[in-house]
Amino acid sequence: MTETAYQHPLMAAYWKQLDTRFPQVETVFDDLMAEALAVLTRDGIDAYLEAGRIIGKLGRGVEPMLAFMEEWPSTAKAIGEAALPAVMALIQRMQKSPNGSAIEPFLQTLAPVARRLHSQAQLQRYLDLTLDFMARTTGSIHGHHTTFPSPGLPDFLAQAPNLLNQLTLSGLKNWVEYGIRNYGSHPERQKDYFSLQSADSRAVLQRERHGTLLVDVERKLDLYLRGLWRDSDQLVPYSTAFDELRKPIPYYDKLGIRLPDVYDDIGEISGIDRYRTVLAHIVGHRRWSEAQVADNWSPFQRMAVEFFEDCRIDTLLIREYPGLRRLFLALHPKPAENACDPETTSCLRHRMAMLSRALLDPDHGYTDAALNDFVGRFHAVMAPSESERRESSTKEIAALALSYVAKTGLQSDQFARVHFDDTVVDYRDDNRQLWTFIEAGDEEESFDETRKAEPDQEIRSLPPRHYPEWDYRSQTYRPDWVSVYEALHPQGNAADIDRLLAKHDALAKRLKRMLDLLKPQGRVRIRYQEEGSELDLDVAIRSLIDFKGGATPDPRINMSHTTAGRDISVMLLLDLSQSLNETAAGSGQTILELSQEAVSLLAWAIDKIGDPFAIAGFHSNTRHDVRYLHIKGYGEHWGDDAKARLAAMAAGYSTRMGAAMRHAAHYLGARTADKKLMLVLTDGMPSDVDAHDERLLIEDARQAVKELDQQGIFPYCISLDPKADEYVGDIFGRHYTVIDHIERLPERLPQLFMALTK
Amino acid sequence: MTDKDQYKVEQEPFYQQQKNEVALYEAAYRNRLPVMVKGPTGCGKSRFVEYMAWKLGKPLITVACNEDMTASDLVGRYLLEANGTRWLDGPLTVAARIGAICYLDEIVEARQDTTVVIHPLTDHRRTLPLDKKGELIHAHPDFQLVISYNPGYQTLMKDLKQSTKQRFTAFDFDYPDAALEAQIVAKETGMDEAVAAKLVKIGGVARGLKGHGLDEGISTRLLVYAATLIKDGVDPTDACRMAMVRPITDDADIRDTLDHAIDATFA
Repeated sequence: MTETAYQHPLMAAYWKQLDTRFPQVETVFDDLMAEALAVLTRDGIDAYLEAGRIIGKLGRGVEPMLAFMEEWPSTAKAIGEAALPAVMALIQRMQKSPNGSAIEPFLQTLAPVARRLHSQAQLQRYLDLTLDFMARTTGSIHGHHTTFPSPGLPDFLAQAPNLLNQLTLSGLKNWVEYGIRNYGSHPERQKDYFSLQSADSRAVLQRERHGTLLVDVERKLDLYLRGLWRDSDQLVPYSTAFDELRKPIPYYDKLGIRLPDVYDDIGEISGIDRYRTVLAHIVGHRRWSEAQVADNWSPFQRMAVEFFEDCRIDTLLIREYPGLRRLFLALHPKPAENACDPETTSCLRHRMAMLSRALLDPDHGYTDAALNDFVGRFHAVMAPSESERRESSTKEIAALALSYVAKTGLQSDQFARVHFDDTVVDYRDDNRQLWTFIEAGDEEESFDETRKAEPDQEIRSLPPRHYPEWDYRSQTYRPDWVSVYEALHPQGNAADIDRLLAKHDALAKRLKRMLDLLKPQGRVRIRYQEEGSELDLDVAIRSLIDFKGGATPDPRINMSHTTAGRDISVMLLLDLSQSLNETAAGSGQTILELSQEAVSLLAWAIDKIGDPFAIAGFHSNTRHDVRYLHIKGYGEHWGDDAKARLAAMAAGYSTRMGAAMRHAAHYLGARTADKKLMLVLTDGMPSDVDAHDERLLIEDARQAVKELDQQGIFPYCISLDPKADEYVGDIFGRHYTVIDHIERLPERLPQLFMALTK
Repeated sequence: MTDKDQYKVEQEPFYQQQKNEVALYEAAYRNRLPVMVKGPTGCGKSRFVEYMAWKLGKPLITVACNEDMTASDLVGRYLLEANGTRWLDGPLTVAARIGAICYLDEIVEARQDTTVVIHPLTDHRRTLPLDKKGELIHAHPDFQLVISYNPGYQTLMKDLKQSTKQRFTAFDFDYPDAALEAQIVAKETGMDEAVAAKLVKIGGVARGLKGHGLDEGISTRLLVYAATLIKDGVDPTDACRMAMVRPITDDADIRDTLDHAIDATFA
């Protein structure tokens, strides 16, 4: 035992009960016990000391014990002492697994986590989640013995309070699920994910957040600006998720209005109304504020001017739409009159916030004489009499603000300790547009400085488009998972294609007869015509009956005919993966060559019918590089350019079908045709080198097909894989054909198309 | 002979002059020039024509055009009778005979072959040939043709032919400015002018969204409806939602924005 002799017999007993030799604990033991005694019951103290003793004897040094001793009293205060056994059980499980090092971060963040969860049941779910996480990410070599600690667990536990700030427990669960599923077998990536370093970690977090997301209401806000304020600007979100210390404030500049990416509801004020309030305030500044030269004003004076000017803007806004007063008052803090002690603290902010409240709220109830005097003067400036209302100006209001600072200034305003509680008006911007400086100061940031233009980068190709991918195991999309790069297919020799067409001359002649039948020529009857080409006997008899019966007969007893149009847009999507280079069974040609012939013939046929069509090829080399190559666009003729590209068709890499179909749908969906047909010509199942689970891309392609259906696109697959029956039905439903005799593809493909569009 | 008096406008319709359109119309009528009235829906086109007919003391025959309307619906047709047939004049023919103002409302809705029959009436000839009947009507000296259309929602398919357009003098109507519109709403319904001004303000919000999801803003007519409901004791915010927002849009975002504008205006 140490030589400490506690004077108080009770303290000595407690110390004995804790049974530890760590000097670090000893130095803080008095303070710890003081806090514990204030919060815990008698039994709670016993359990607390016993748990501390156990943790101290785990053999993991002093840190876990210190963390527990410090954190438990406030945890117990938040959710009750009864949660201790559950916490201890988890610690025991950690200790028995290779994850003992996670005990310390777990204990360190326990109190903030508990404060956010409010109830023991919620905490239990958090503990279960942690346990599940641990069990699933702890590695094993031989299957029955866990050997490697979970790589992401300590990071996760350290982030837990931050995460729970933004997520509900179920949101947290989804976020954790995503991480375990996708990075379960990759320790370094797992760490990145759970320490919020990786991009998709943040993206998934964003998706699961609570509150009103700016992206979801952007259109409404745009309509709000246009409709109510005759204004419009780019709305640029900034992230509030990762800045714990520096809370950014809305602002606007030449590039747009910057708003937080998410607003939670405050009381009865919904997130969207908070956005609207911020926008109204900013619009007010744009309408009525003029920038002031600030060089000769102290920071205090500038702050006062900002408060006064903000109030002038709000007053003018309320004049425009009286309903805004309710929103402003609900969001404006109401500082208590005596909350700040001018003896010890700088109270300027507090005074200004009170004044600001009083200027907007007729029932402010503050009694301070100077304050009420200036409220009166402010209203006199804004509305000298009942009937007369003025806009005033920034300059006039600034003069009022300066005299307020001069009148109420105190020595203590210079104190370093500033009273901040209830002084931040949440819906106001940071007023950076209110100031100009003749000389660059040293204490203020200069926002207006023009940045050096960044050197123009030569654009070599279009930037990638990102598409989500469907994860069937969780039934969710992975956001922005696949990058699709599009480009024009390189050109070859157009004469090659003409030679191929000449080779199939006989086939072409046969096809031609079928094509003639397909050409738009259907005649449609239009009835109920007063003047037409033929008598419509049904209607004529009805009219005669009406007439005989004494009613007015319908004179529209003729009918005429008109020819119906054919309105189909076609997209032909070619799989250009490596397997096309194989020689087709039963012929000396590769699948690529046969496809080329077939596509040439089909293109010729569609061109003859006159339907607009496009051809594109795709292959992929992991999700980061899916290439989409344009062979023929809708605007192009079936001429030498398109033929030359088709002639240069080459095969390589893999088949990430879903992303290619989504991208093709982007073009086909923009067509205005009645019917949109997407033909996918492929020789194997969707696969890629970075997808280990072969179901994954099949399910993704199936999901892409569903999306096409929703967009009114009719997908149809022509598969050259003899074994395609096993999976192609899963993807395309009944919309597919498997061509067994690949050598007959050039003949079958145009026939198929005609059958589909008849 | 048709009873001319039934087409007379008996009571003075309320019409608030916006500029000098009344004097201009009178000048056009003195010289029997055909008139075209353009403008968005519910801005007072029909009311204006009605008012002018009253002011000039002439009968007014209104035809609402639709896409099933044929030339015979305008000109007239033979009806079968037990012992033969009988000719029945169409509204245009009646107007030409009795010397009325013939008002073809929403003329673009009618099929193009229908609109051609008005051509001979609109130039110096002022005649209407009834080819089926074999009669050529010389228009009564008081006869005048007025058409209206809404350029807002005409599509490529629905536009007037140049040959039709160039036979008319034209008025371009728009919603009146805020103060005047508030007066109109107040006068039309007997509503307090301050409340009317608020309604006009909300109407202005919707007009600002035209082209951003709204084809047409809230018309003066709808403002009058809202005011009527409020006058009847309906809560103003409910009345505005019912009369001004719900009719014009199914777009949830726009509905939300307009609802917010209503709440912000009626505090």
